[in-house]
Amino acid sequence: MTTARKLTMAQAISEAIGQEMERDPKVFAMGEDIARYGGIFGATGGLLERFGKERIMDTPISESAFIGAATGAAAEGMRPIAELMFVDFFGVCMDQIYNHLAKNTYMSGGKVRLPVVLMTAIGGGYNDAAQHSQCLYGLFAHVPGLKIVVPSNAYDAKGLMIQAIRDDNPVMYFFHKGIMGLPWMAYYEGSSNEVPQEAYTVPFGQARIAREGKDVTIVALSQMVQKALLAAAELEKEGIGTEVVDLRTLVPLDVEAVVRSVKKTGRLLVADEDYLNFGLTGEIAALIAERLDQISLKSPIRRLGVPGVPIPYSRPLEQFIIPQVKSIADACRGMMRGKVAQPA
Amino acid sequence: MEPSAEKLMWMYETMLLIREYEETMANVYLEGKLPPNIQKGLAFDIGSGPVPGEMHLAAGQEPVAVGVCAHLRKEDTVVGTHRPHHFAIAKGVPVDAMTAEMFGKATGLGHGKGGHMHLFDPEHKFSCSGIVGASLPPACGAALAAKKMGKDWVAVAFFGEGAANQGTFHEALNLAALWSLPAIFVCEDNKYAISVEKSESTAIHSDADRAAAYGIPGVAVAKNDALEVYEAAGEAVARARKGGGPTLIEVKTDRYMGHFQGDAEVYRPKGEVGELRKNDPIPSLGKHLRARGILDDGKDAAIREKVHGLVQKSYEFARQSAYPEPREALQHVFV
Ligand SMILES: Cc1ncc(C[n+]2csc(CCOP(=O)(O)OP(=O)(O)O)c2C)c(N)n1
Ligand SMILES: [Mg+2]
Repeated sequence: MTTARKLTMAQAISEAIGQEMERDPKVFAMGEDIARYGGIFGATGGLLERFGKERIMDTPISESAFIGAATGAAAEGMRPIAELMFVDFFGVCMDQIYNHLAKNTYMSGGKVRLPVVLMTAIGGGYNDAAQHSQCLYGLFAHVPGLKIVVPSNAYDAKGLMIQAIRDDNPVMYFFHKGIMGLPWMAYYEGSSNEVPQEAYTVPFGQARIAREGKDVTIVALSQMVQKALLAAAELEKEGIGTEVVDLRTLVPLDVEAVVRSVKKTGRLLVADEDYLNFGLTGEIAALIAERLDQISLKSPIRRLGVPGVPIPYSRPLEQFIIPQVKSIADACRGMMRGKVAQPA
Repeated sequence: MEPSAEKLMWMYETMLLIREYEETMANVYLEGKLPPNIQKGLAFDIGSGPVPGEMHLAAGQEPVAVGVCAHLRKEDTVVGTHRPHHFAIAKGVPVDAMTAEMFGKATGLGHGKGGHMHLFDPEHKFSCSGIVGASLPPACGAALAAKKMGKDWVAVAFFGEGAANQGTFHEALNLAALWSLPAIFVCEDNKYAISVEKSESTAIHSDADRAAAYGIPGVAVAKNDALEVYEAAGEAVARARKGGGPTLIEVKTDRYMGHFQGDAEVYRPKGEVGELRKNDPIPSLGKHLRARGILDDGKDAAIREKVHGLVQKSYEFARQSAYPEPREALQHVFV
């Protein structure tokens, strides 16, 4: 019998980690302020009390050392979870991530297994400025060798975390601060939902149709899914049917789900909080462009993302550069009026 | 080395200014962040109010900033941390523009683009960063530039005891020692890195001991006292100006507030801050000034009034200033 309760995403993540730690003694967690504090964003809340400090380990502020140590421990058969407090801090430890964690399996001809989960907080919207507000999953998806998980709600967060811990490959798990359901930060309430008590998995590479619609497809992930759903509700009042595709994972990517939806609607908006240039939005647009022999578009593809600027501190500036519910809805309205060129 | 009367007065006044600045910020920061005017169910909303985002205050840590900066000139460089206000004030960064920056206003140091952890004032040669351990390498660079240009300028990197476990600390110390750079590395040991006590993060007791690994002087200042910091920094700055290379200074200091504002401080024993405040470095410096005969009740009151006026004026300036236009977000990526 399943018993579901409404959980925040933070609660769902820590529940997933706790259940996997109970199931497998090889699972342990390392990171800054993850023990007594329960993680700055609550992803390890309550776990120290249950598992003790041998398995829920506060680390020094030495990201290269402990993330590199996760790789080393995994190679010996452990299943470490490491938390990089904010993704923005990858700069101090990227070598351990992209030259080692991401490549050792390949360079060993598949002999080295690295079941590491590297989880990290992403996103802006609360004025934490350029070094604490980025998303950057596109950057990590660009590098071969890392599975990239970016949940939008508590149900997915739990299932994807369990899947991540059980995966024998490195998985980066990105949680957006503005959907964690923290008592100290405004969040999109659609991200807190019914979560079964029991352990379950959500497979990688399977997008979720968060809402069905016939006119426009919005491809999004993480907090942007919640924004897209709010935009879709607005558009419905105007008779525009919006389909929201929640990618859930970037690597592997569910190309078919995107293609299927765009075939149906003929209009694609990719809405993203990561940088616009050279990232997710361009990737998705290209996948559709490459299939224009199978797909007929009614309007040019649109992309929304953070234009090529660091995240500014000041509220009006930050609100301007991060796509909002209104800019998503406006983009869809524009696409309903859009036209594609006809062959001469 | 006893400071001159003028230096002593500057240190006292600057410590009072920092304290009042931080205490005022603690109050202003809360504006708009508490129920009922925030999302239902929240206890606090970090993104609301006139000063949103994270806020790290340095009340209690004034001796580190003033004891070091008392030796600096305008041409010397200071690189601070995510907890930067005391360093900025002691280096002479104008409080009006600094406050306006934290209000996100166009009159701010960075036109509202940087915010509290990213204050840049090239005129007063001050900068800081929200990345732990990031202050040391650029201070090496400033010191290297001074050396190449034949100036007797020095560069100071401030950082927390938590940052001393970051790779940049070790790389920078070796570089500075190898190239004999005019750099002073000042570690604020306030016992905590967010919730993690130093004893839980660091294999040794005193970070000053780490200087030995790079063959440079390491000085431990055991007391949160402006005069003791002044003494240690004086030697280090004089040595650096004369081409004698870098120094590592560790100061045992006290953080009176949370790691950031809104921190419930579940990791801190109840009553700890009360105990720490009994050794408040400001009245103790005041006592010293009185014993020297350079401070009395009248002068004390006048200084406090002046400081109060400065702080009030800076917050007023910030409130009255206009926000930048949204489109300005697109400027300044490049010059
Ligand atoms: C590279 C990096 N890792 C982690 C953080 C998150 N963080 C911000 S402040 C802080 C603690 C810093 O402690 P310490 O250096 O002692 O300075 P204090 O806050 O005590 O002044 C941490 C872990 C960060 N900003 N940058
Ligand atoms: Mg500290």
